[in-house]
Amino acid sequence: MGRKRQTIRDHSAESNLFARRAAISLLIVLVMLGIVVSNLYMLQVKQHDVYQTRSNGNRIKVVPIAPNRGLIYDRNGTILAENRPVFSLEVVPEEVDNLDDTLAELSRLMGITEEEKENFLRTYRGQRRFKPIALRTSLTEEEVARFSAQQHRFHGVSIEARLSRYYPYGDTLTHVLGYVAKINKKDLQKLVEAGQEANYAATYDIGKLGIEKYHEEELHGQVGYQQVEVNSQGRIIRTLSIDPPVPGKDIVLNIDLPLQLAAKQSLNGKRGTVVITSPKTGGVLALFSSPSYDPNLFVHGISRKNYSALLNSTDRPLINRATQGQYPPASTIKPLLGVVGLEDGVITPETTINDTGRYKLPNVSHVWRDWKKWGHGKVNVVRAVTVSCDTFYYDLAYKLGIDKISDAMTQFGFGDYTGIDLYEESSANMPSRGWKRARFNQPWYIGDTIPVGIGQSYWTATPIQLNQAINTLINHGERYVPQIIRGVKNKQGEESISPPKTMRPISVVDDANWDLMLGAMHNVNHGDEGTGRHSFSDAPYQSGGKSGTAQLFSVGQNESYDADNVSEHLRDNAMFVAFAPFDDPEVSVTVVVENAGGGSSNAAPVARQVMDFYFRDHDFMQPKTDESNDNATAGTP
Amino acid sequence: MKRTTLNQNQTTFWQRFHVDGWLLLGLLVLMTVGLYTLYSASGQDPLQMERQATRLVIAMGVMLFMAQVPPMAYRRLSTYAYIVGLLMLIAVLLFGDVGKGAQRWLDLKFVRFQPSELMKLAVPMMVAWYISKFPLPPRLIQIVGGFLLVMVPTVLIAKQPDLGTSLLIASSGIFAIFLAGMSWRLIALLTTMAGAFAPIMWFFLMQDYQKQRVTTFLNPESDPLGSGYHIIQSKIAIGSGGLEGKGWLQGTQSQLEFLPERHTDFIFAVFSEEFGLIGVLGLLSIYLFIIIRGLIIANRAQDAYSKLLAGSITLTFFVYVFVNMGMVSGLLPVVGVPLPLVSFGGTSMVTLMAGFGILMAIGTQKRFLSR
Repeated sequence: MGRKRQTIRDHSAESNLFARRAAISLLIVLVMLGIVVSNLYMLQVKQHDVYQTRSNGNRIKVVPIAPNRGLIYDRNGTILAENRPVFSLEVVPEEVDNLDDTLAELSRLMGITEEEKENFLRTYRGQRRFKPIALRTSLTEEEVARFSAQQHRFHGVSIEARLSRYYPYGDTLTHVLGYVAKINKKDLQKLVEAGQEANYAATYDIGKLGIEKYHEEELHGQVGYQQVEVNSQGRIIRTLSIDPPVPGKDIVLNIDLPLQLAAKQSLNGKRGTVVITSPKTGGVLALFSSPSYDPNLFVHGISRKNYSALLNSTDRPLINRATQGQYPPASTIKPLLGVVGLEDGVITPETTINDTGRYKLPNVSHVWRDWKKWGHGKVNVVRAVTVSCDTFYYDLAYKLGIDKISDAMTQFGFGDYTGIDLYEESSANMPSRGWKRARFNQPWYIGDTIPVGIGQSYWTATPIQLNQAINTLINHGERYVPQIIRGVKNKQGEESISPPKTMRPISVVDDANWDLMLGAMHNVNHGDEGTGRHSFSDAPYQSGGKSGTAQLFSVGQNESYDADNVSEHLRDNAMFVAFAPFDDPEVSVTVVVENAGGGSSNAAPVARQVMDFYFRDHDFMQPKTDESNDNATAGTP
Repeated sequence: MKRTTLNQNQTTFWQRFHVDGWLLLGLLVLMTVGLYTLYSASGQDPLQMERQATRLVIAMGVMLFMAQVPPMAYRRLSTYAYIVGLLMLIAVLLFGDVGKGAQRWLDLKFVRFQPSELMKLAVPMMVAWYISKFPLPPRLIQIVGGFLLVMVPTVLIAKQPDLGTSLLIASSGIFAIFLAGMSWRLIALLTTMAGAFAPIMWFFLMQDYQKQRVTTFLNPESDPLGSGYHIIQSKIAIGSGGLEGKGWLQGTQSQLEFLPERHTDFIFAVFSEEFGLIGVLGLLSIYLFIIIRGLIIANRAQDAYSKLLAGSITLTFFVYVFVNMGMVSGLLPVVGVPLPLVSFGGTSMVTLMAGFGILMAIGTQKRFLSR
């Protein structure tokens, strides 16, 4: 040290030294406080906006509110799909004094099962303690009442309600309405792709099938939001603002519920389908596919056991037979092919053949048989439809050739989607040379053409296609898209009815050709020889019809078909198409009864039954005596 | 130095009770602000308010008691206090109670006691006693001796581990040496050496949790939900307070519990959020007022021991303020230092007020020598 050592203390010098050091210390203090202040200035003034935003981000959360799903009505205003409050028993663990005791008490009162308890505890371990956990969902009213009476004993346990879809008519409308169920991963992915993820932020369920799926956008509505203030644990402290959701639109269907019930009843549990439309608009009045199933099973998640039972059932209830069932249309297309033949000129109304029950092509050994072993004798096109003569149509098919048939039938909509408002639709198959080449890498043989004349061979059609095609015939070439939805209700509950959807019409040279074939269909139901006469001759209204019997089993060249010797699933499909009243058709019915046998004896009565039901309130439906409807004896299509 | 009017007019009254009026005023204002802030920070919990008020009253009593003891008595007590404190620190390391993962408490059957609190006063007393035995400025040998007196308890407390307290104790001793007139050249040398010592600290002395505090301090956003959470939420609270603050009881960060430790070490964030930069400047003024008053008392003290002790106590008080504000606002790593007389908590408050009692004793001692 550079200082000279002082033996005697110089108090004044020491005081001065200390004073200097104290002053320097104060200076350092001020500088350091300056650093603190400038740092705070940075935080509180310069970067205030950043931290303000982050502070709000901490405390303000936006909570989506699900819109109420639109209701579905039938044409008479009956609710077919509604939203019902479902009650669930919920526990807020934080508010429960003793969880074990409470669970034990609840088990005694509500019969909570061990499985429910396990599920509860699993959720309980994985989430915040103030969030409610459902102990049991979809409580019955009795359970709600039982708990409510005892609620005071259970602190932190309550019954909560949310809206959930309910289909009051169960399996009657499953294939029309479809159902909603919990949004799954795949749905979510689609929503993300469609940019609809945010709109579904609060939504539990989404349309999975049928109208619920097809009209999901209208039914769902727009999500609402509320801004809430939350604390650090995420508990909502208060609501800051609400942007209410826009509920989904109520929609009205063309479906007539009583008619739908009649359609269901008419099939009486047999496998098959009944489609009833209005030829004037294409509106679908009834569409029932049998067997059906209860869509309510799916809303809250179907059990694995129930689902595999549906999936593995040999009756295939999950298939919508009306739109997905691919059946050979069989003789039901004879009136259509007749128009094509007349239009093309290969036949005239007077063209007559002599049906011996056998049809042969020159230089071909194969023999095509008529369903009537000994033939129908002299047959022109009208009689061919009336008695459903096969031989005439073998010849007509031969004369037209596959190209003309395929082209014309494609114009009628075969081999293509009808455009019905269901995603569950098949295009079935209208065969052509190109199709066979692509499908089998084989040329089209002349022998392939002949059975096309009676709606067999590779030709398949869905019942809705067939119905649409017959409507085209009824409308002289005007074509309509089958529509299940009739209109959408606005906020005031007024329905804005959507105009019928038309398709490219079929133009013909001679309009009389339509009437000729429609007349032939009248003969089917009301003529002396008509295949539908047993079912329709005594009807109080005039109608048109055509039977069909689709072979699923190839009968050998020298054998005859014997239903009793053929296993049930290979037996003929019974089909019938019909419309009425004949002069101004209001309804067009398509019936398929699988493996039932001949169409005239097994499908025509079904058509008659639903038509009678349709006209039940009309003047011409007089009370009838119950003696005539003896169809069981009719053994021919 | 000018005599203050307060002192002049009421000399007899204040002198008789050994109370420094200005210092008392500053402390009372600070305590009032502290109670208001705590009311908000505790979520308007009357129980906590009651406990804090009780502590403040006890601490005030301790201060008044300490003020009655003549500075000469403190001087004589210095060595004993230091030795007892040192022995107890060793005892803590050997048999101490574990609280919050650190051994800080000594259970004396009838009372649980933190020896490090005693050392907060004993170390500056001891260093002041030792340095003031010799003429000022101290010679190198005395400086080395002084540093040894500081280092031993500092290391012992750092071992507990209690980084905050060891920091406060180290600075209290060093302040005494600095105020005694340690040469600037030596200061420069020691600063360099301290820089070199830092890596040794890091690798050999610091516990994992202390290291984590430092890394978190350097980059809090690296672990926003873990160790960085405190400091991020604290900065959000302070920053969102802005210039004027959100208003008393209106701080969302604190009221909605986003801010951890809001009524103890991080209470400054609550204050900043609710009263803004303007409020903070007011609070700093109160602290500065107390510090200036303390330095004035030190400067007026009659003997070197009193000067050094008073100066050290005052500057250590500033270290509390600076370290706490620095850590809460992200300027310093998080070490457990409360905001003096505002943070909820007992022991350190009593120690602080005992220190102010000593300050008052020094400030009101009879003047044997006229100036």
